[in-house]
Amino acid sequence: MFDLISFIPRAVAQSIPLLYGCTGETITEKSGNLNLGIPGVMYVGAISGVIGSFLYEQSAGDQMNGFLTIFIPMACCLLGSLLMGLLYCFLTVTMRANQNVTGLAMTTFGVGFGNFFGGSLIKLSGSEVPSIALSATSRAFSRSLPFAANLGWFGKIFLSYGFLAYLAIAIALTASYVLKHTRTGLQLRAVGESPATADAAGISITKYKYFTTCIGCMIAGLGGLYYVMDYACGVWSNDAFGDRGWLAIALVIFTIWRPNVSILASMLFGGLYILYLYIPSGMNLSMKEIYKMFPYLVTIIVLVISSMRNKRENQPPASLGLNYFREDR
Amino acid sequence: MNNTSNTPLIHISKKKELPWYASWGIRLVAILAAIVLCAIVTMVLTGDNPGQVFSTMLYGAFGTRRKRWVLAQETSLLLCVSLALTPAFRMRFWNLGGEGQILAGGLACAACMILLGNKIPNAALIAVMTVASIGAGAVWALIPAICKAKWNTNETLFTLMMNYVATQLVAYFSIIWEVPKGAGQIGIINQSTESGWLPQVGPHKYFLNVLIVLILTVVMAVYMKYSKHGYEVLVVGESENTARYVGISVKKVIIRTLLLSGAICGLAGLLLVGGTHHTITTTVAGGRGFTAVMVAWLAKFNPFAMIASSLLLTFFSQGANEISTVFGLNHSFGDILTGIVLFFIIGSEFFIQYKIHFRKKSAVSESGKEA
Repeated sequence: MFDLISFIPRAVAQSIPLLYGCTGETITEKSGNLNLGIPGVMYVGAISGVIGSFLYEQSAGDQMNGFLTIFIPMACCLLGSLLMGLLYCFLTVTMRANQNVTGLAMTTFGVGFGNFFGGSLIKLSGSEVPSIALSATSRAFSRSLPFAANLGWFGKIFLSYGFLAYLAIAIALTASYVLKHTRTGLQLRAVGESPATADAAGISITKYKYFTTCIGCMIAGLGGLYYVMDYACGVWSNDAFGDRGWLAIALVIFTIWRPNVSILASMLFGGLYILYLYIPSGMNLSMKEIYKMFPYLVTIIVLVISSMRNKRENQPPASLGLNYFREDR
Repeated sequence: MNNTSNTPLIHISKKKELPWYASWGIRLVAILAAIVLCAIVTMVLTGDNPGQVFSTMLYGAFGTRRKRWVLAQETSLLLCVSLALTPAFRMRFWNLGGEGQILAGGLACAACMILLGNKIPNAALIAVMTVASIGAGAVWALIPAICKAKWNTNETLFTLMMNYVATQLVAYFSIIWEVPKGAGQIGIINQSTESGWLPQVGPHKYFLNVLIVLILTVVMAVYMKYSKHGYEVLVVGESENTARYVGISVKKVIIRTLLLSGAICGLAGLLLVGGTHHTITTTVAGGRGFTAVMVAWLAKFNPFAMIASSLLLTFFSQGANEISTVFGLNHSFGDILTGIVLFFIIGSEFFIQYKIHFRKKSAVSESGKEA
């Protein structure tokens, strides 16, 4: 029997990092920046939060302040991702470097940065704990509403998550609203579709690209933080985050650049990611690898179909991946 | 003085094309600056003096005969993938699927070794492996190419997704063919009979790989520079409309070029599986598909310059590995150093292509003329 009540919360927990990454990448791409550094940014966001809270837990000992326990990792995470975003913008917007190359270099750097500090933090800080296990911080992050446990299946499906999960949904809805219904969103889309036109209309291309890419990176970084603090219970292990960053980029295409759709779509991807645990395949472990392929296959199909139908509202932003130089002809 | 407020503080314009020595000089300065920063980072983390750090890196890359061969081998494999991506990039087709194409080639190679090993003569087996690997890599690149040619599907994203489909396929077959049962990995294929292993030629087991890639480099340079195909690729890359106007079939060029690109990635898979590891895992491509993008771009798609850029990146990763071993640090240290070097070189392109004019304090009217 398919156990939906245990399946849904796990699928949702899987989906939250994807949702953060996807929302961040969507608004970035809307400004015409194809940031392939998102996987790296998510690693940096995660490890920055870990470093912050590790040092705090080490120094505070037993007297941990509830507010600081949450605030320090969040602030470190946002700062780390912001720096990555600034680096990307500086190279691609100000220096007009190739976006694909810059993005891939950021991923190499970010993943290396995360794994390096994850693997060497204890040695570098000279402390005497066997592994990075931030259980106190993790408890603060994954605390759900106190009465959720009493509400049976309803509480389990809707209320059993830490606050970062709800924040992800709130951010996605906000992003969707801003993109669709505000002047800022309209101008942002203009920047991504045709920067020359937007420039002629007096919109500052540089400002929009900088702001959206940096905000996008900060949102994506939170996805990494959620993964470590909530999903992985505060335990950092190298490469555990895996290819979720690329999956988030896949999700952007799958949702055809719509953050509100991505809430459900990310849960679908999260479900596909853990589906193999719930399908009775007996001892046949090999099939689970095939199931893990589904999100990517589905994304490819969406990509191809949307290009075949060629409907204007389902296309990538027209200047995606291209830099803008006013004096170019 | 009042009018100067309308002139921006900094004005950027395009440079004329620099002579080659000037542009390579700027890149060299960038690399040197990156090395200085890397040395500072390493010093902060290890507390060692910079001289020691560099001698450790040099030792890690060139220290022993074995290390030199490993360096040559790693460089040539990276170079092989970079060569594969070059024609596609020249056409402005962003093939980020090198990773998947390598895996597809490697998987086909491993399949032949497992299914046909010890059943047909070794020479025939190697011939079959070669054809299968190259074919599989080509098919993996062909799928996005057809979609690009027919419906203008975004190739960057499509090829990227194909990587993970290939990864999962390899993971699937790793379990199907696992040795022993339950290990979840294939292990060395045909260890006792060495059936399907590429033969050792010359002084070292890696010599064959290096030789093949060197020949490929020359062939690719000639292909891009002197053949009609190479010229068509360039025209399509510069302007599809021009290509159409002069009677080049853009679709045909896209598909043909990507077949070539995928085929060489498949060859890299063959060299990795048949010639080096004699097994396949999901990480056998080792990020080369992505690193090669940067190698090719750093070398401005010039096959001979790619020898230098792939050597540079391999040197950094080998050297940083040595540092992390010596100081007991995590091996991802190499990725950080590589990242720093890449950022500097990426940034240096700006100074090759653009000129910066600062606002002049006195001459108001001149700012217009200068642009």
